[in-house]
Amino acid sequence: MTEYALQTHDLVKRFGGITATDHVNLNIAHGARHALIGPNGAGKTTLINLMTGVLPATQGRIVLQGQDISALAPHQRVRRGMVRTFQINQLFNSLTPLETLAMVVTQHRGEGARWWQPLGQSAAMTERAEQLLEQFHLTDVMQQRTEHLAYGKRRLLEMAIALACEPRVLLLDEPVAGVPAGERDELLQTVAALPSEVSIVLIEHDMDLVFNFADRITVLVNGAVLTEGTPQEIAHDPQVKAVYLGSSHD
Amino acid sequence: MNAHKSLLQAARWRPLELAFWVLAFVSPWAVAQHALIINEIAIVALFAVSLDLVLGYTGIVSLGHAAFLGFGAYAAALFAKHIHPDPLLGLCVGVVVATLLGAVCSLSIMRGTDLTRLMVTLGTALILLELANKYSDLTGGADGLQGVIMGPLLGKFEFDLMGQVSAWYSLTVLLLFFVLARRLVHAPLGGTLKAVRDNRLRAMAIGVPVASRIAVVYTVAAGVAGGAGALMAQTTGFASLDVFALDRSADVMLMLAMGGVGWLYGGIVGAIAFKLMYDVIAGITPQYWTFWIGLFLVVLVMVGRERLIRPWTWFSTKRQEGAV
Repeated sequence: MTEYALQTHDLVKRFGGITATDHVNLNIAHGARHALIGPNGAGKTTLINLMTGVLPATQGRIVLQGQDISALAPHQRVRRGMVRTFQINQLFNSLTPLETLAMVVTQHRGEGARWWQPLGQSAAMTERAEQLLEQFHLTDVMQQRTEHLAYGKRRLLEMAIALACEPRVLLLDEPVAGVPAGERDELLQTVAALPSEVSIVLIEHDMDLVFNFADRITVLVNGAVLTEGTPQEIAHDPQVKAVYLGSSHD
Repeated sequence: MNAHKSLLQAARWRPLELAFWVLAFVSPWAVAQHALIINEIAIVALFAVSLDLVLGYTGIVSLGHAAFLGFGAYAAALFAKHIHPDPLLGLCVGVVVATLLGAVCSLSIMRGTDLTRLMVTLGTALILLELANKYSDLTGGADGLQGVIMGPLLGKFEFDLMGQVSAWYSLTVLLLFFVLARRLVHAPLGGTLKAVRDNRLRAMAIGVPVASRIAVVYTVAAGVAGGAGALMAQTTGFASLDVFALDRSADVMLMLAMGGVGWLYGGIVGAIAFKLMYDVIAGITPQYWTFWIGLFLVVLVMVGRERLIRPWTWFSTKRQEGAV
């Protein structure tokens, strides 16, 4: 086992003539709270898509827990512990939160192809689903169809689904984006309470959250790493101020 | 264990369901003069349940589901004619052959969009139709495969002209496959299928092997459709090219639209509604019955099923959800 939970080596992604990811080397430590910031178009989401396997990399390697996962399909990476949430909620609208989480837990534990016994037959898996509902403040709405849930609850479910996959590395893509002020605290608490053994990569525009949450920050600009450091170093880096904080954090 | 109970609740049989099945099985005896149409309804209902697995539960559109119906029909008819007249053996052959065809065809629908799938499935059915037409030595070509003589069911019950034995036979097969489909959609497998239907991107992101799940359900559905085809050939005593026709594929989609997708009884309700409408309207105006079916379909989609069966909501302004 290496000391890093996730590494990228010289990762490159080109779309035609555009280089969206430009020789990115990331080292995410075990249990890290690592933030990835940068102005719009810096290539943050492309990087996530490369790491999760939604997009194939043009060049470079991705190493999860010491294993090269560059050639694996998205669902295979999930099984190895690389899990993400989405900036725009990606939920199962016709299912209830309870059904969703029971299904995800069952799938993750390798029983997703069972076809004879009903979902919920296994007490252990239902219990895990209940725990997650509790942890993400969804117990009171667990029987409602997901499409009818309030936005804050949907945001929580978005994260609960990812946690149900028992991630080792969790990629959070703007977890509080668009959440109204009243529902924000609930969400921030759950983010802060994520298990410490899970390594987290956070993409976020909300600087309060980034500087409260992260122990390391990488700044991306035009697809390349501009700099990396502790929140303090980043906060006082004149380069960062110039390209990022100065331009879009008004 | 509130959550536990609530999950299992969904899979439990409701009294109304049991009542429905009892009624279905009593019907060939209670209204014996309609046994033939009951048989027909049971067969198309089975076909519709099969399509619902693919379309309703997994979100895969198909305009060529008749490929499997026809394949099962010809397989069962040929088996009865040339090898053995036993209906149950023939049914098994129809199911197995259609399942194999489904497994092969599933490769063609794993990727792509709704439109490409419509084209690919439609194309598959057309290919089979033309093959059956071409190899007329085997299939009888445009004349259909005639002279299919079935042996007695279980060695005891001869198929009668009234169609009672046929009706019970078809209802039993429908029930068996229905139970199978019902188990499947309430099981974790069904949950992951719904996940694929609702949000394929996220299904992938939680580790569901999307392509292989689609292949599995498509193969199973093909087998079920093959069973319906076998029943059709066996109870009518022949197979003709129209089992592969686009009309078949379109009609079954129409039935699902009528009864509701993603709800196994939707296929059955749709089949009953469709066949009864056909029977009644064709009795009044034999030539123009499709006009009325078409009109009904347009109204159904514009107004929405939920509203249509609740006339008291027609003049209130609040919109209801759950349209087709």
